[in-house]
Amino acid sequence: MPDQFEPKIVAFFCNWCTYLAADLAGTSRIKYAPNARVVRVMCSGRVDPQFVLDAFAKGADGVLIGGCHPGDCHYQEGNYKAYRRYALLRRLLNQMGIEDERFRLEWISAAEGERVKTVINDMVEKLRALGPRATAARQEVA
Amino acid sequence: MKPKVAFYWCASCGGCEEAVLDLNEEILDVVGAVDIVFWPVALDFKQADVEAMPDGSILASLINGAVRSSHQREMAEMLRAKSQVVVAFGACAQLGGIPGLANLTDVKGIFQEVYRDGVTPVTDHRENGYALSLPELFDTVTALDRVIPVDYYVPGCPPTPNLIRDALHALLGAELPPKGSVLAPDQAMCEQCPRKDSKPEKLLVKEFKRPHQVVADQETCLLAQGLACLGPATRGGCNALCVRGNMPCTGCFGPTSRVRDFGAKALSAIASVVESNHEDEIVRVLEGVPDPVGTFYRYSLPSSLLARRRME
Repeated sequence: MPDQFEPKIVAFFCNWCTYLAADLAGTSRIKYAPNARVVRVMCSGRVDPQFVLDAFAKGADGVLIGGCHPGDCHYQEGNYKAYRRYALLRRLLNQMGIEDERFRLEWISAAEGERVKTVINDMVEKLRALGPRATAARQEVA
Repeated sequence: MKPKVAFYWCASCGGCEEAVLDLNEEILDVVGAVDIVFWPVALDFKQADVEAMPDGSILASLINGAVRSSHQREMAEMLRAKSQVVVAFGACAQLGGIPGLANLTDVKGIFQEVYRDGVTPVTDHRENGYALSLPELFDTVTALDRVIPVDYYVPGCPPTPNLIRDALHALLGAELPPKGSVLAPDQAMCEQCPRKDSKPEKLLVKEFKRPHQVVADQETCLLAQGLACLGPATRGGCNALCVRGNMPCTGCFGPTSRVRDFGAKALSAIASVVESNHEDEIVRVLEGVPDPVGTFYRYSLPSSLLARRRME
């Protein structure tokens, strides 16, 4: 059987909701694809677009941002700020040849351990279908 | 003997050359203080004249334009060897500039667009026993510091006369600025903006407009009027020239020292002023920025984190 492509996902999870959900998934022994490297940030609103671009530039196949549901942000509206950047950044990424499936924003509350599994598994599946992006990132620049 | 200075252009429009002439009478002081040994746009010295000079014999080469051909790279390397100091002059040399938007495509794409199915340029050609050659055009446009070490940067599209004067004084002065410096203030353009005081405490926008769609008020903060002014993300030093002309800042001075990727920061600045918490409405408001790469990376795509579009 040929080796299956294992996409690398950089996941920025907010401290108060999605990171706790991932924690819950762990303590509940929920199994999901091991492809996401989780970076804990205090709020999804802390995710500077530079973080996303840097991840792609360094060879990530996908970037996932996880934050609290609308209305639930620990800092009132950090997640709305995240969404505003995300909406514009995904269009910029499109122009740069990075498909929608590679950049995702999901609202996952601290109680939704199961949803961490669903989202990551689904993203891995879609990235497998798309194939690696790392080769593109390493393309010789001049 | 007066110190020697060279000017050269790579992939550029000539605006940076004009900017030097915009020093007006003060250009005479420059000519009085230095020997200009090479300046293709204005003087008749040839490449061979510079090649004949000993290494390090030029005090400073001010090079404008991005690098996108083998000849430009050779010239940059040659001038580097001959010069004690190399200055990336203007947005194209500093960040890749407008020619850098070619990184959204590649040579094949450009030739297809320009020549369709006609005759396309080749690097080597033989005709009646004569060999003809052209420089190679690169798929990827780069800033100057990707091909040679650069000591200083003078930002702007083009750099303003004040900045050029200060840069020349700095280069001729007793003490050189720290290597790698951008020779302009390290603060946001908004700080120098004459409309600074009209910027509301909480800047919020319900609709973005493009300059041709609106007659902007002459006094109020342009971003508050819904024009995508990149002042908050852009380095100052231009004295807010565009805003004084009632046009929004397009970011030609590039980022401050605290930012790695100008476009990402400019995108953040614009996205965060959207006045809505509803996903559909946010998307709709942001459609008022129809070309994100062209808007946020107008002068800096080659020096951005991604540098170019993925090649097919």
